[in-house]
Amino acid sequence: MRSKKPFYPYTLWMAIFVIVPLAMVLWYSFTDNNNSFTLENFKYVGDNLSTYLDSLKIALISTVVCLVVAYPFSYIMCKCKVSTQRMLNTLVMLPMWMNFILRICAWVMILRPQGILDNLLGVLGFGNNTIYHSETAIIIGVVYNFLPFMILPIYTTMAKIDKSLIEAGEDLGCNGFKVLKKIIFPLSLPGVITGITMVFVPAASTIVIGERLGGYSLLGDVIDSYYKGPSVDMHIGSAMSLVLMIIILISIAVMNHFDNGEDLAVV
Amino acid sequence: MKKIFSLVFVAIFLVGLVFPLGSCSGNKETLTVCNWGEYICDEDSEDGKMFDVIKRFEKETGIDVKYVTAETNETLYANMKAGGVNYDVIFPSDYMAQKMINENMIAKINFENVPNYSNVMDDFKDMYYDPANEYTVPYFWGTTGIIVNTEVCGSVDSWDDMWTDAYPNRVLMFNNPRDAFAVALLKLGYSLNTTDEAQIREAGEELKKMKFNYVMDEFFDLIPSGSAVMAAYYAGDFITVSEDNDKLEFVRPESGVNLFNDVMCIPADAKNKENAEKFINYMLSAEVGLANTLYVGYSTPNKAVLELLPEEIKNDPVAYPEIDEKWERFEALPNDINDLMRDLWVEIKSSNK
Repeated sequence: MRSKKPFYPYTLWMAIFVIVPLAMVLWYSFTDNNNSFTLENFKYVGDNLSTYLDSLKIALISTVVCLVVAYPFSYIMCKCKVSTQRMLNTLVMLPMWMNFILRICAWVMILRPQGILDNLLGVLGFGNNTIYHSETAIIIGVVYNFLPFMILPIYTTMAKIDKSLIEAGEDLGCNGFKVLKKIIFPLSLPGVITGITMVFVPAASTIVIGERLGGYSLLGDVIDSYYKGPSVDMHIGSAMSLVLMIIILISIAVMNHFDNGEDLAVV
Repeated sequence: MKKIFSLVFVAIFLVGLVFPLGSCSGNKETLTVCNWGEYICDEDSEDGKMFDVIKRFEKETGIDVKYVTAETNETLYANMKAGGVNYDVIFPSDYMAQKMINENMIAKINFENVPNYSNVMDDFKDMYYDPANEYTVPYFWGTTGIIVNTEVCGSVDSWDDMWTDAYPNRVLMFNNPRDAFAVALLKLGYSLNTTDEAQIREAGEELKKMKFNYVMDEFFDLIPSGSAVMAAYYAGDFITVSEDNDKLEFVRPESGVNLFNDVMCIPADAKNKENAEKFINYMLSAEVGLANTLYVGYSTPNKAVLELLPEEIKNDPVAYPEIDEKWERFEALPNDINDLMRDLWVEIKSSNK
């Protein structure tokens, strides 16, 4: 049997950087400034219910858009030459080499009134000032930011599919669409599930994008403002984060259940 | 082969781990300065009057300066409260300095190390936030007002004019609760330091009525480029942006503006207090003060600097106005009022669609 000793540092790491912060969020959520138990903090969740709904809606729409863009893209990518695949892979990751805030600022430059896109749309007769500070602008920002997290897992699982399975399907008389439906899609599903999780979770709690591109605060910005002041209250911020975490955990659990069910069906 | 790779990786990792630690444990004198954006001279001018202030300080003293910026007084306060930061010099505004002094977050300055304090004009001593002149040294002063692109908007003269649907998404508002509420309170004719909950709620409703574009430092991009056409902002920053766009005009509405001082302070937990005093003294010298004043455009409380300023700046009513009695200074607000303002602020910002 292998020794478990090498894992101790990781266990320690996890304890310090994952468990302790989570425990602190939990502790702060249920206490007030005098460290006594209270449920008062959760009143703010109710007050900000519409912001929760806004953020979840934007996360959901963005995830769907990412999936619709990423799936065919990954499929086409897999059909390319290996060298092209490598280049496309690099291009997908390229924006991530740049700071997140800078990328959002670049979008502000593109979308703002009298900006590049705004002027172009104006000249083409679509009217000025149509996208900046709208829900569409936020979705553009979120999709742009998190698309690589959808493409990469889907591409990776698709690239690993055994070509002989596809050939077998074709030999047995399946057309292209049937191969996609019966072989490629079921086998790439784990990548899709990972992609959805990796886009939906950060999109639901994203900060800055809402304020800069949409002109209004999403949940991440609201939580942030309780940590900023004029009066800092980490208890409220923690309670709101905790509720968001629970919502996300439930969504992931539902997703995973769906994943397991599909696996069984394939087997 | 694999082994060689992993050895190389481990080596790189270890070098990365050891080097920053090495540079920290060295005996080099350090100083951490937390300022606002665009609030110190970092450019050289041909006549030598402007120069990189931090670089020259490092050269003269051999002290290593770590220079960081905060976006608003509120973030500065939150960063310091949360811990994990170690500033030696900060530049809070009057009301925030007052709050920090009240909460024992500021150290007393040893003025024996700051001989250039004699350059400070008497008008800026014995202020309400530091009545015994123990904690603060004034850096700049100024007022708020409306910056307007006259080519697009024509002329404006009151805060009411900012509540307009004519330029959607192109009217900028302070992205911090205190300054934004001040504009709404001025519009309604209330005091900036009101503790009347009903008046503050009313101001909040005013802000909700209009879809402003809430920004701070993006002002420096959106206004000169013509993307935004009207903004509530600081007089000194108007001077900076008007260099790039001559269609801009600065207006102090009749109903009043906020008059403010930004001061230099040393946090109570500063690690390099003596270096901080050296830095403050350096910032008060005529030469450095002049470079900062020419670059930043805010109004100087330093008489040695004022003497050196060109006439056209000294006589510029935007930078050196006759102070009107109606102009009001911020005072630190009680906690329950701050809480109310924060909750309303969250409401305003998340419903700003």
